[in-house]
Amino acid sequence: MNWTLALPEIVLSCSGLFILLFGVLQKRSEPSFACTMLTLVAFLVTGILVVVAPDGAGYHGQFVNDGFSRFMKILSLGAAGLAAILSLDYNRQEKTARFEFPVLLLFSTLGTLVMASSANLMTLYVGLELQSLAIYILCAFARDELTSAEAGLKYFVLGSLASGLLLYGISLVYGFAGTMEYAGLRQVLTGGAPLAAGLVIGLVFVIVGLAFKLSMAPFHMWTPDVYQGSPTSVTAFLAGAPKAAAFALLLRVLAQPFGHLAGQWQLLIEIVAIATMFLGSLAAIGQRDIKRLMAYSSIGHMGYAAMGIASATDAGIRGTLVYLATYLIMNAGTFGCILAMRRRGRALTRIEDLAGLGRTDPTLAVLMAVFMFSMAGVPPLAGFFGKLMVFAAAVQAGLWVLAAVGVVTSVIGLFYYWRIVKVMFLDAPVAGAFDHRAPSLSFVSAVTGVATVLFLLVLGPVTGAAQAAAAALFG
Amino acid sequence: MHTLLTDYFPILVFIVIAAGVSGAMLGGSLLAGWQKPYPEKVSAYECGFEAFDDARRRFDVRFYLVSILFIIFDLEVAFLFPWAISLGHIGMFGFLSMLAFLGVLTVGFVYEWCKGALDWE
Repeated sequence: MNWTLALPEIVLSCSGLFILLFGVLQKRSEPSFACTMLTLVAFLVTGILVVVAPDGAGYHGQFVNDGFSRFMKILSLGAAGLAAILSLDYNRQEKTARFEFPVLLLFSTLGTLVMASSANLMTLYVGLELQSLAIYILCAFARDELTSAEAGLKYFVLGSLASGLLLYGISLVYGFAGTMEYAGLRQVLTGGAPLAAGLVIGLVFVIVGLAFKLSMAPFHMWTPDVYQGSPTSVTAFLAGAPKAAAFALLLRVLAQPFGHLAGQWQLLIEIVAIATMFLGSLAAIGQRDIKRLMAYSSIGHMGYAAMGIASATDAGIRGTLVYLATYLIMNAGTFGCILAMRRRGRALTRIEDLAGLGRTDPTLAVLMAVFMFSMAGVPPLAGFFGKLMVFAAAVQAGLWVLAAVGVVTSVIGLFYYWRIVKVMFLDAPVAGAFDHRAPSLSFVSAVTGVATVLFLLVLGPVTGAAQAAAAALFG
Repeated sequence: MHTLLTDYFPILVFIVIAAGVSGAMLGGSLLAGWQKPYPEKVSAYECGFEAFDDARRRFDVRFYLVSILFIIFDLEVAFLFPWAISLGHIGMFGFLSMLAFLGVLTVGFVYEWCKGALDWE
């Protein structure tokens, strides 16, 4: 058996255990800074190992390494690393800087890596739970705050419900197909035997469970409350790596074992995507809290990314992957700006707190505007290319309704993103300037801001990698 | 599919009989019984003496901690038994897997010890 297949995951989990021990045995001072730095080093080492890890399947068909898993793992690690940097100063200012934070972040990221490599419905579930359980704790990390505890509890209850649905679906699939391995399922489904109704029901339950995790309508109810209630540094992570990993699961499950059932799931994904895009754009209009707005915005983005899956083609999957890459960059940058919203040591989250930012802090305002326009899909910025690719794939696959809905909701989205820009540049300042920005936030916002503006330069390599990943998936 | 269902037929019969008998007993006592409740009769019975107070009250979070710790080590033992019995079949990989699992649990144990979860005071 090839042991080195899961070397990145093994190294990451060992370093997680080491960081936990290091943190708890450190008696003199609170080691949260050192632990976050160690976590970043662990992410970096894992990233390098992911790049050099060999292709192949192992561990009795439980685990697979291919171009697709590599692409998704790099995305997850990058997003988690940015979230870890964002948490550095914010947690210290909010007095929630404990060394368990980076450790939980690390274990959650480990879960996302396992999800990206799943070759068996059991691995899928273990990875998903590892990722979710760590996030439940992170959501309630500011344990003295009522909203944070509520967010953690709410996410836990609804997440368990989603896990239950997923497990029920898996049990149905296992019962009717006799195997949980993706390769075996594929064989059963291509064998030409009549399709059992229970198998399709099981597939629908699996999709619903994953849609819960992706907060796609109509399974999105938990998202706004959890995003708003959690500490903002957790929300920044929550909206990034876990979403990418859940998409990795959805893509792999639909394309590999159930690829021949495309006729069965295509319409379902299409309906969910349409509902998600409409909900994400319409419900965001009335929001006054920027974290809630970001929640609806991320719901909408999941809808656009799902468009690529609905088209069920190579190009569609490539579009989804590029969309996710741009989404993760914009998301980290936007949260970098949101975390910088503090006056007199208090964190602010209302949209009107941004009033007059164009005059009091032009750099931050310009960065925020770049991210907002990019999220809306304005041309030279990163968000445009992801949208373009999924729209093109949907049109190629003949899904005209889906593409038309995407365009309409993009225009609606432009309105609420524009509202934030308007508040920043055209409204008069109501209070003084924000507090001095912490260096970690400036760093992340600047790096992602440059990446957003100059995404055109790296579009070729990113698309190439996404193409290779999509090809590996269909292989 | 059909033979599978016929195998389960005795269970269906059993369920019907069980529901019938228990329904008859409960329903019969409800219909034919002489019901005359008074406070002394409906109060909680606690070995003859008066109940001290309500059972639904808050209790110390430390009990909760102890039960959580118990579950972790209980599960560990539940995994160890089948592992020990089938050690001959699963080879070196199985042996090392369990060692890795025990290592992870030990790290968790060190964490809770250092955090003071095991001190009652």
